[in-house]
Amino acid sequence: MFDSFDATLLARIQFAFTVSFHIIFPAFSIGLASYLAVLEALWLWKKDQVYMDLFNFWKTIFAVAFGMGVVSGIVMSYQFGTNWSVFSDKAGPVIGPLMGYEVLTAFFLEAGFLGVMLFGLHRVGPRLHFLATFMVAFGTLISATWILAVNSWMQTPAGFGVNEAGQFIPIDWWKVIFNPSFPYRLVHMVLAAYLTTAFVVGAVGAWHLLKNTAPRRSRTMFSMAMWMATIVAPIQILAGDFHGLNTLEHQPAKVMAMEGHYQSHLQGAPLILFGLPNSAEKRVDYAIEIPKLSSLILKHDLDAPLSGLDTIPENLHPPVAVVFWSFRVMVGLGFAMLGIGLWSLWCRSKGTLDSSDRLHRAAVLMGPSGFVAVLAGWITTEVGRQPYTIYGQLLTANSISPIAAPAVAASLIAFIIVYFLVFGAGTFYILRLMKRLPRDPMPDLEDGPIRTSGIMPGPAAGAHAGSAHRSTHHGH
Amino acid sequence: MAIDLPFIWAAIIAFAVLAYVILDGFDLGIGILFPFFPEKRDRDVMMNSVAPVWDGNETWLVLGGGGLLAVFPLAYSIILPALYAPIIAMLLGLIFRGVAFEYRWRTKRGEFLWNWAFAGGSALAAFSQGIALGALVQGIPVVNRAYAGSWWDWLTPFSIATGFAILIGYALLGSTWLIMKTTGALAEKARRIALRTCFATIAAMGIVSLWTPFLKPQYLERWFGWPTAIFSVIVPALVLGCFALLVTGIRGKRDAQPFLAALGLFVLGYAGIGISFYPFMVPPSVTIWDAAAPDASLSFLLVGALVLVPIILIYTVYAYWVFRGKVDPEEGYH
Ligand code: HDD
Ligand code: HEM
Ligand code: HEM
Repeated sequence: MFDSFDATLLARIQFAFTVSFHIIFPAFSIGLASYLAVLEALWLWKKDQVYMDLFNFWKTIFAVAFGMGVVSGIVMSYQFGTNWSVFSDKAGPVIGPLMGYEVLTAFFLEAGFLGVMLFGLHRVGPRLHFLATFMVAFGTLISATWILAVNSWMQTPAGFGVNEAGQFIPIDWWKVIFNPSFPYRLVHMVLAAYLTTAFVVGAVGAWHLLKNTAPRRSRTMFSMAMWMATIVAPIQILAGDFHGLNTLEHQPAKVMAMEGHYQSHLQGAPLILFGLPNSAEKRVDYAIEIPKLSSLILKHDLDAPLSGLDTIPENLHPPVAVVFWSFRVMVGLGFAMLGIGLWSLWCRSKGTLDSSDRLHRAAVLMGPSGFVAVLAGWITTEVGRQPYTIYGQLLTANSISPIAAPAVAASLIAFIIVYFLVFGAGTFYILRLMKRLPRDPMPDLEDGPIRTSGIMPGPAAGAHAGSAHRSTHHGH
Repeated sequence: MAIDLPFIWAAIIAFAVLAYVILDGFDLGIGILFPFFPEKRDRDVMMNSVAPVWDGNETWLVLGGGGLLAVFPLAYSIILPALYAPIIAMLLGLIFRGVAFEYRWRTKRGEFLWNWAFAGGSALAAFSQGIALGALVQGIPVVNRAYAGSWWDWLTPFSIATGFAILIGYALLGSTWLIMKTTGALAEKARRIALRTCFATIAAMGIVSLWTPFLKPQYLERWFGWPTAIFSVIVPALVLGCFALLVTGIRGKRDAQPFLAALGLFVLGYAGIGISFYPFMVPPSVTIWDAAAPDASLSFLLVGALVLVPIILIYTVYAYWVFRGKVDPEEGYH
């Protein structure tokens, strides 16, 4: 008994560890692929070299991030079998075909056109090359759609039956795929990926604006990123609100944990802003709360009653503290993103978007915020689903492979060492690539005296020759 | 008459795994051969010869694994715990070699590290795949829909032999790929290596083939009982034919013939294993029909597979076509 508990815990840690690393890369590559497609389209349309230069700059970074996404993703697709074999046997008939479609419609598409996108511009010409870039971007979105259908089905299962072998079997594929939480989760995750990318691009642009290395390109990318932040952050907050209402309907225990509501409230539940969840005593210590606001948000009525975890058997409670905090981290960052978006809008209207050092420093600081929010969001979602793997249907404790704890422990340690080494190195290379933005090829008139005195630095000559070479390919 | 969906799916999964073995086989082979080409210039060319296609090649592995989960969930949930250690080792190997494609160009000081990651990761992945194959052929004990062995069962002299056989075979695929894609001294050296690895491959195939029938009476009967014994004549004869084409292709300095003949060897070896296996998904007790998911799952994915696999093949061929011909040492975006 003790043995099997150990193996379960280790397998959970292993899954959480590997999937958390994995999701970091898709969150970035989904957004970046779309950004690259937009840059190339702008280049084809406006014939302005600045877009091609930005495209080439981000393409290299994309290649590194995408490579890490692929190898960490392959681990995920085998992990269901190695560590969660009972789950795989039971849920395979329902979720397997969805993941099969992901491979057939998305992974092959991405992989097939990635080579052309990275290496093929001179071989296929600009138009076909744009098609390749577009296909890669499209592929990442299809991939997100299928895998989120899978995950959402595990959160809010629908359209299935159970056969005599204890397997879940599909009855209505439409209901399986469009299960109740899927549309919300898909919208929320894709917006999250776009925001993540916008803040990374914005931070790189801001950093180079502060250093004044390449004003024209930094300005372009900073402005593009800030538009994204301004427009998408409020939409994301709205989408998150809808998502929460949907969760309240289908997974009430998760929302109780997010809100820290151990007790039911018969007449208007308070919104707990901060506090220390205390599961032993079933209360939130040192709570700072706003009376009745939770009922207003969740039920649109100040005095509506709201049940708490006391209405749910204790062995089915999710771990409250983790969910409570990760939710606050995500929401806090969401509002911080909104703040940056509004601030940039204000600067834009005053014409100081390119010159406000304070905005630029804040943008650099917010560079990694998307990754943190994405991880926090997933932790809320996944930990809040506990103790189930398939909500209400299959307990985590009953999903595990018959593998001895030492085997799981050994592989967990191997994954930890390898991931930190390999993805640590990758992160280092990406940061270095971000730092190396070759200087603008032509002195920028708007920069006035600062620039005119300078001599053309080394890399610029190379970049210039490169662009001349590229533009010969442009005509046909 | 009902269509036998599990059988069709077994064929599709077998095709995906075969596609994986020959496609990733040659690009893992490039990694395995890295230590024999110490020159940086050679290594750059070798890597560039597969850089645009390796991700697509590896996707067949995801289809093999993901497809297994979808259509033979029971097989998936027995095989992966049974082969726990080799699978994890393979995944770690694939991580190292996969990232090396990008990292190697991102650093001068650390380049040697990623050369090792590429070579070591490729060799580890290949060796683990061979071990996994051997362990599967050996048979996996199953009780109550679950793996019933211990976590070292996969390790036997036979599985180690198949591990080396795959390692050598991939090196052969890699060297014949280089003959086809490169020129000059590099191609010359690849030719010399191909000549050696092709003899080693044939020897390894011989050893494994003779060993297999004696592992389980079931295989013995398959290969020496009527009417399946016909294959015991045909398959080895075709193997010898491929082998002859391989040697003459290398000696005669042909570009594509050695690679195609090496592919032929792999297809035949694979067919041989298929003959031993049928009708089992997990020998010695779980058949294709035992392991299959309900028809509703099989037919749902089949519709997509029938439409999408041909499309995938078309654009995969297109991607290879874009990068056809000899690798230009001066090209590459890096
Ligand atoms: C919302 C998006 C999202 C989420 C939640 C996941 N993935 Fe992922 N995955 C992607 C979005 C993505 C992607 C953007 O499509 C990637 C990133 C890099 C790439 O090649 O495609 C990818 C790559 C990727 C690959 C490599 C594909 C290739 O060879 O090209 C595999 C096998 C998986 N994923 C499998 C999984 C599994 C089993 C997950 C769940 C546990 C998972 N992914 C979560
Ligand atoms: C990609 C972002 C994801 C993150 C960061 C994430 C995070 C986590 C975490 C933290 C756990 C451990 C929960 C606990 O033990 O309390 C977990 C478990 C799990 N998640 Fe996710 N998850 C993600 C996506 C997915 C997806 C897309 C799937 C399904 C396709 C999935 C399926 C599972 C399963 C099977 C477990 C193991 C059983 C369990 O403990 O619930 N997860 N995940
Ligand atoms: C302040 C506004 C936000 C609100 C109210 C909100 C709300 C929610 C809720 C309720 C969930 C859990 C849903 C469930 O599991 O049932 C969730 C999950 C998640 N959130 Fe947010 N969120 C906000 C901002 C953000 C931001 C800014 C990001 C990232 C940039 C983000 C990324 C995620 C992710 C990746 C998940 C997990 C996947 C999913 O369930 O969709 N969220 N969010």
